[in-house]
Amino acid sequence: MKKVSIIAILFSFVSLPLFAAPLQSLGSGEGELNVVAWAGYLERGETVEAFDWVTGYEDNTGCKVNIKTAGTSDEMVALMNEGGFDIVTASGDASLRLIAGGTVQEINIDLIPSWDTIDPRLQNAEWHTVDGKHYGTPYMWGSNVLMYNTNAVSEAPTSWDVVFEEKTLSDGKSNKGRVQAFDGPIHIADAAMYLMYHQPELGIKDPYELTNDQYQASLDLLRQQRELVGRYWHDAFMQIDDFTNEGFVLSASWPFQVNLLVGAEQPIASTIPQEGATGWADTTMVHSDSENINCAYMWMEHQLSSNLQSDLGVWFGAVPSVPSKCGTGLMDPAAGIYQEGQNACQINGIDNFDKIYFWKTPVSKCETQESCVPYYKWVTDYIAVLGGR
Amino acid sequence: MISSLDNFSNYLYKNKHILLLIFLLPPLLWLGIIYLGSLVVFLFHSLFYLDGFTGKVVYQISFSTIAELFSSPANIDILIRTVVLALAVSIGAAVIGFPIAFYMAKFTSPKIKIFFYLAIMLPLWSSYLVRVYSWKLILAKEGIINWVLAKLHLTWLLDAILSLPVVGGPSLSISYLGMFLVFTYIWLPFMILPIQASLERVPNSLLNASYDLGATRRQTFYKVVLPLALPGIAAGSIFTFSLTLGDYIIPYIIGTSKFFIGQAVYTHQGTAGNIPLAAAFSLVPIGVMAIYIYFAKKLGAFNAL
Repeated sequence: MKKVSIIAILFSFVSLPLFAAPLQSLGSGEGELNVVAWAGYLERGETVEAFDWVTGYEDNTGCKVNIKTAGTSDEMVALMNEGGFDIVTASGDASLRLIAGGTVQEINIDLIPSWDTIDPRLQNAEWHTVDGKHYGTPYMWGSNVLMYNTNAVSEAPTSWDVVFEEKTLSDGKSNKGRVQAFDGPIHIADAAMYLMYHQPELGIKDPYELTNDQYQASLDLLRQQRELVGRYWHDAFMQIDDFTNEGFVLSASWPFQVNLLVGAEQPIASTIPQEGATGWADTTMVHSDSENINCAYMWMEHQLSSNLQSDLGVWFGAVPSVPSKCGTGLMDPAAGIYQEGQNACQINGIDNFDKIYFWKTPVSKCETQESCVPYYKWVTDYIAVLGGR
Repeated sequence: MISSLDNFSNYLYKNKHILLLIFLLPPLLWLGIIYLGSLVVFLFHSLFYLDGFTGKVVYQISFSTIAELFSSPANIDILIRTVVLALAVSIGAAVIGFPIAFYMAKFTSPKIKIFFYLAIMLPLWSSYLVRVYSWKLILAKEGIINWVLAKLHLTWLLDAILSLPVVGGPSLSISYLGMFLVFTYIWLPFMILPIQASLERVPNSLLNASYDLGATRRQTFYKVVLPLALPGIAAGSIFTFSLTLGDYIIPYIIGTSKFFIGQAVYTHQGTAGNIPLAAAFSLVPIGVMAIYIYFAKKLGAFNAL
């Protein structure tokens, strides 16, 4: 292990000067592009025929796309460190790690003609821009939402308190046992965000940067939530099943599940309460040792200028990085086609950007506080919370 | 050239242990390096620890990770929860499996026996995940069990069972009871087959002798059949116990989201990068199984395999 990391450090010293300057001019495609991506991010019409944003790229550029899907950010970082890939769709927690580790290279935005069409709020976002240098092209972003069953909750809740505190819902029954929560430790940030709004005296400035006191207060809130939660969710399709068959009525969730449940004609709706919401923002980044760098740049252009942004937004329940590409439909899983006339970006929350605290890995060295509780502590303690401790 | 090959084969003929070594070396290397080697490397990590400040693994020998494992009440909960469930599942599988195995071994014609073999093995032909997910639907609040009980006006009975402390919950699929049912179902074949094998070996003449000596059916069962079947039960329980101890998929799908050892290992090494703690967690099932197998061996479990 130690030996490997020494070699990696030596190697990064060697490779850093080589890639200090980004690519200056674009050549012709190398014929291949190897991608690490989240499941559902690269569709070539094989899942549902109407959703295809890979074939067009292959036809136009002659670069054949090979996709490796990853389930977690840690898996993505590991795959990129192993090498052999050209680009990755990295989330906010992985992107800075990749930059710090020298695994991804600075990009030259002049070689991406559609760069200016990107949402200005994302162009210089901190999760891919370091010291004014760009390390990637924004791919897609989205937010968690409060999903609720309209039979049990007649009006859109204005606060997340319905999932953190015991309440009587509008159907006259308590929310106890009918609430779900995400089973990943990052859910601690949701509790911190709630406290940031309701207990300003704690001095939380960023839900991912918590001092020990703030962290303990968040855990206390989650212990209280444990009393209400029958089961935590970690798989989108299992949550859909739980909301259909198990009588759950409230949960922090993704637009993906909401869209599928609405499409299946379940009495489900979603909202972003006054406290805001947590969310994710993904970036296409190029490996430092990419052998197909021209194909990679062509992909980044394709990602902004083709049908990818609009269709992926509809498909995944996310928001395009290019606002002018907002799709005009909502996915109908039964028919596998758009329902015309609905604004997908609006539904998926394009207007909520300022309310969203984008996902990042908690580290000890943080900006807003003196020192913060690191992620591995979050994992240990969240397991304890799930176990009722 | 040929003569040197001849010499070589003569040499091997005279030194049979060298020949044996050559044949056994590849599988031994496989077992030693790939299997045991990786296991030892992983377990050795439990002697390292995570630096609290940087969150990186520190490669220095220390018992702090193992101390951390046993000093945190949440971790102790996980260990106890897992071991108790594994024991309950083993007992449950033995109680359900024994009559079936007994019937198969002593009261069936060969044709019916084949039917039983098929019926027991058939679930193993389908995916484990498919079976667990279908159980989730069976046990769901809107599932078939609830539906049947509602038609029979017995919903009160289920509600009474689910209101029991500890094992109950909001619905069958969100309770320890549900987990117990699914685990028992999934591992049942591994219990029935060893018991059946051990009962097959009990000669009928022994039972007749018992009757001849004036024992009742009940006495024969308790004094003759059960002691002779015990190694089979012990062997089956090694499977059910160890499989439950290590499983991390069923607790994700069924139950109350409280963690089990397998999930703790998975999460600590997968998402938290806390390999030392994951390794320390995996030491526990190894230790528990060592004790378990020691006692199972005393009961003669390995004679029944």
